[in-house]
Amino acid sequence: MEFQVNHPILFIIAGILIAVVLAQSVFFLVKALKRSRQLGMDQKKIRKTIKTAAIFTIAPAVAIVISIITLSKKLGLALPWLRLSVVGSLSYETVAANNALSAMGQSLGSDIPLTAQQFVNVLAVMTISIMMGIWLVPVIGKKLQGGMSKLSNRDAKWADTFSNALFIGMIAAFLGFVFCDVSRLWDPSTRFVTQTVVENGVDVETKVPVSATSGLIPVCVMGVSALIMVICGLLMRKPKLKWLSEYALPISLVLGMASAIPISLWLS
Amino acid sequence: MKKNLSYLDSVHRDGRIWNLSVMVLLLLFPVVVAVVFGVLPDWKALGVGLVATAPMYWAVGAIETVTFVPMLGAGGSYLSFVTGNISNLKLPCALNALEQNEVSANSEEGEVISTIAIATSSIVTTVIIIIGVICIVPLTPILSAPVLAPAFEQILPALFGGLGVAFVSKNWKLAVAPVVLMLILFIFVPALDSGTVGIMVPVSALFTIGTGRILYKRGVL
Repeated sequence: MEFQVNHPILFIIAGILIAVVLAQSVFFLVKALKRSRQLGMDQKKIRKTIKTAAIFTIAPAVAIVISIITLSKKLGLALPWLRLSVVGSLSYETVAANNALSAMGQSLGSDIPLTAQQFVNVLAVMTISIMMGIWLVPVIGKKLQGGMSKLSNRDAKWADTFSNALFIGMIAAFLGFVFCDVSRLWDPSTRFVTQTVVENGVDVETKVPVSATSGLIPVCVMGVSALIMVICGLLMRKPKLKWLSEYALPISLVLGMASAIPISLWLS
Repeated sequence: MKKNLSYLDSVHRDGRIWNLSVMVLLLLFPVVVAVVFGVLPDWKALGVGLVATAPMYWAVGAIETVTFVPMLGAGGSYLSFVTGNISNLKLPCALNALEQNEVSANSEEGEVISTIAIATSSIVTTVIIIIGVICIVPLTPILSAPVLAPAFEQILPALFGGLGVAFVSKNWKLAVAPVVLMLILFIFVPALDSGTVGIMVPVSALFTIGTGRILYKRGVL
C-alpha cells in the first residue's frame, strides 16, 4: 500500500483509539454520577458542575484544534488528531517530532513528504516519550491517595490546608510565569523571541526583536481576567445574579483572551 | 462471598484496567502502521530520537504524577493522565468545580465532583477536536487568522487571572509567600520561562506546604 500522511487507514486507527479514550471518560462520568446519587448529593448542583465544566472547556479545546492545524502541515491530520486527544501538548509533540525527524535528516519545517518509515519513527518517539504518567498512576496512584486519606483521618484541618497549599503552589508558579518577560522593560538583551523559519527546506532559528513593553502583555491580560472575576464575584452576591457563579470562570477566561487582541496591538 | 469494594477501591481497580489497556493500544499504533505499510522503523534513528526526548519527559511525567494525583483525586488522575492538558485545563476545571460546590478535595464528595468535572471536560474536548478535524478546511482560515493569534497565545494568563482571584482571595495568608517567591524568581532568573513553568509547579507546591505548615503550627491559618 502506498503511504501518505493522510491515508484513510491512519484515520481509522486514530478514530478507534480516540473512541476508546472517549469511552473511558464516559465510564468514569457514569460511575461518579451513580456514586453521587448513592451519597445523596444535590443533583441540581451536579448538573451545574457538568454545565460549567463543559462551557469552561470550549476555549482551551479550540486552542488544541489550532495546535492540530499547526502540526498537520507536515504530519497529516490523523497523527496530531490522536496525539492531541491524549496526553501531550503542542510544545511536547513539536519537540518529540523534531527529535525523531532530525535523527533521520528530516525536519518539521521542510516540505519533503514523510515516508512510512519516518512516520513510524515519529509516532513511536511521540508515543513512548510521554508514557510515564499513564502507567505510573496505576502503579503509585493508590498509595499517594492512601497517604492523603491517612493524613485526613489524623488531622482533617491540616489535610485541607495541605490540599490548598498544593493548589496555591501551582497557581503561584503560573502567576510567576505570567511575569517572566517583564524584565524586557529594563534589560535590552532579553528583547527578542526565537522563531523557527524554513530556509531552503531546513529549519533555521532566528531572533526576532520585540518591544520593551511586550513582556507586559500577559500581565495585562491576567489583570483583565482577574478584574472580570472580581466583578462577577460582586455581581453574584445579588440573588438575581446568582446564576453567574456557573459562568464566572469561563467568562473571565474568554474576555481575558479577547482583551489580548487590543493589548497586544498596544504593547508590542 | 462477593468482596465488598469501597467506591475508591473500585475506582483504582477500573482505572488501572483502563489506563494499562489504553497504554497498550497507544503503543500498538506505530506497530500496526509498520505492519500495514510493510516497513520497519529506522532503529538507529529511533534510538537517537528516544534518547533525545524520553528521559526529560519521563522525569517530568514522574514529578507531575506525584504533584497532580493528590490534587486531581483518584478518578480524575486516571482520566487526566490519559487525556492530558492537565495544568491548563483538567486541574483548573476540577478546582473550579470543588470551589463552586464548596466540598473538600479530600472528601468522597470532592472525589466524585472532581471526577465529574474532569470526565465532562475530557468528553467535551474530544468532541470539539472531532468537530475541528471534520471541519478543518473551513475552520483553518478562521482559526489561523493573525488577528486571533494573540488571544490563543494568552490563554494561560487569561485562565490563571480568574482562577488566581478565586483561590488566592480565599487563602491569601497561605498564598502571600509563594506568590512573592515565584514573582521574584520568574522576573529575575532569565532561565525561567514557559518551558520551565512545569518544573516550578512542584517547587512552588513544596514551598507552599512548608510555609503552610509553619503558619498552621502557629495557628495563623
